[in-house]
Amino acid sequence: MSRELYKFCLFVQIISAEWGDFLNRQEYIEFAESRAKRTTSLKNCIWAFVVGGFICVIGQLLVYAYMNVVKEEKTAYSLTSVTLVFLSGLLTGIGRFDKLASRAGAGTLVPITGFANAVASPAIEAKSEGYIKGVAAQMFVIAGPVIVYGSASSVIYGIIYYISMKIAGQI
Amino acid sequence: MKNQLLKFNSSYLHQAASVVGSKERQGPLGEKFDSFSEDDRFGQDTWEKAETEMVKRTVEALIQKSEIEWDDIDAFAGGDLLDQCIATSHAMNNNGVPYLGLYGACSTAAEGLIIGSLLAEKGFTVGTVASSHFCSAERQYRFPLEYGSQRTPTAQNTVTGCGSFLLNSKKSDVRVKEAIIGRIQDNGISDANNMGAAMATAAIDTILRYFKKTGRTEKDFDIIATGDLGQEGLELGKEYAKSLGLILGSNYVDCGMLIYDLKTQEVGAGGSGCGCSASVFAAEIYPKIKNGEYKNALLIGTGALLSPKSIIQNKIIPSVAHLVCFERV
Repeated sequence: MSRELYKFCLFVQIISAEWGDFLNRQEYIEFAESRAKRTTSLKNCIWAFVVGGFICVIGQLLVYAYMNVVKEEKTAYSLTSVTLVFLSGLLTGIGRFDKLASRAGAGTLVPITGFANAVASPAIEAKSEGYIKGVAAQMFVIAGPVIVYGSASSVIYGIIYYISMKIAGQI
Repeated sequence: MKNQLLKFNSSYLHQAASVVGSKERQGPLGEKFDSFSEDDRFGQDTWEKAETEMVKRTVEALIQKSEIEWDDIDAFAGGDLLDQCIATSHAMNNNGVPYLGLYGACSTAAEGLIIGSLLAEKGFTVGTVASSHFCSAERQYRFPLEYGSQRTPTAQNTVTGCGSFLLNSKKSDVRVKEAIIGRIQDNGISDANNMGAAMATAAIDTILRYFKKTGRTEKDFDIIATGDLGQEGLELGKEYAKSLGLILGSNYVDCGMLIYDLKTQEVGAGGSGCGCSASVFAAEIYPKIKNGEYKNALLIGTGALLSPKSIIQNKIIPSVAHLVCFERV
């Protein structure tokens, strides 16, 4: 519907009755959304690419470093994840992570750092309700759905994997 | 009966006080607030206690400025954004003053002024208070403070601030002339990150009802201030009013845009919360009415009546807007 027609409809509404009762909600939502300021996708993408990429570079460097020490790939990868989670938790604790994430968006959210922040931030804040009713109870308020559906889908994945392997005669 | 205008004969706004946080202090109105706290915790260990402390400081400042004692106040009415208005009720604990708790979301300041004026009309000396705190509100309505999330540009920043007012029937400079109680409306918006759009129609509805009832126009006022529509809501409201035949000019402002510098302070579309209109009205608008710069002023407190549950359930946001008209005597 064109803007002029929309205005005309509103005009009819106001002269015909108390306009609030006859407000066309769908039109209003579209009108409000059409003029709402949007985030600049390109800027966000560049930020996310650079910061997300930088985190991955740090991760890769950590893998190399740990490989020199432990000489075993699997352990080096685990230690890298643990280190990144620690760093993310530390930055959350000293109040820096949210400032970076407000610009980097998916760049900090998608790597394991985002998950660590999602657990650490409610835990820090819930301290005011104590360690049991606060920290422990509210720690997974944001990450909870990821854990629940992540575990559930991994079980389903496992079952499908098992059956298809059985059919293929591998086990 | 739908469109009742409240007329007051002897309600005077005697004094106003405001206390804000550090970000508001850095804003364009920074110097005008009675006091501020560099530390947003106000020396307390939880955000809820911080808000309570802020309310206490504001009310103390009001009593000091008014040169009265606690015993001189017949009733107090106020509220905030927290569940069951705990910040205000804890601040009012044990002060011996009869208390009415109010919840009108961000319209609480205007709601308090209406209730206060009605009581002042009866000869009461009434205090009203409205507060909001960025950190306690963020905890309740959005995410933990340290959680890394991005905000949409239409989202507003909850003001850490508190405004308190003293009304009585003793003649003073600022008279509360009239008021219109807003009616709850929804315009279909359910996005909590675009509360300005949700409240804009309620504000315009109330203004139109007032003009229709009194026969006045926007030209009769030196200032028409909405509570916290923000940039988004203000522009939307203006366009909307225009389509309904009401042209709002340069005397139409929004407290949520006055309190911050939108360009440099990273506050999205502006300020929001009970403390927004309360502190801006107390620190900026009220003194200007008092010194005669504004002869007639309208305050339209706008409230988006949502709750953390209703946001999750994706419910439409009901909005309300209360109008209070002030006159320099």
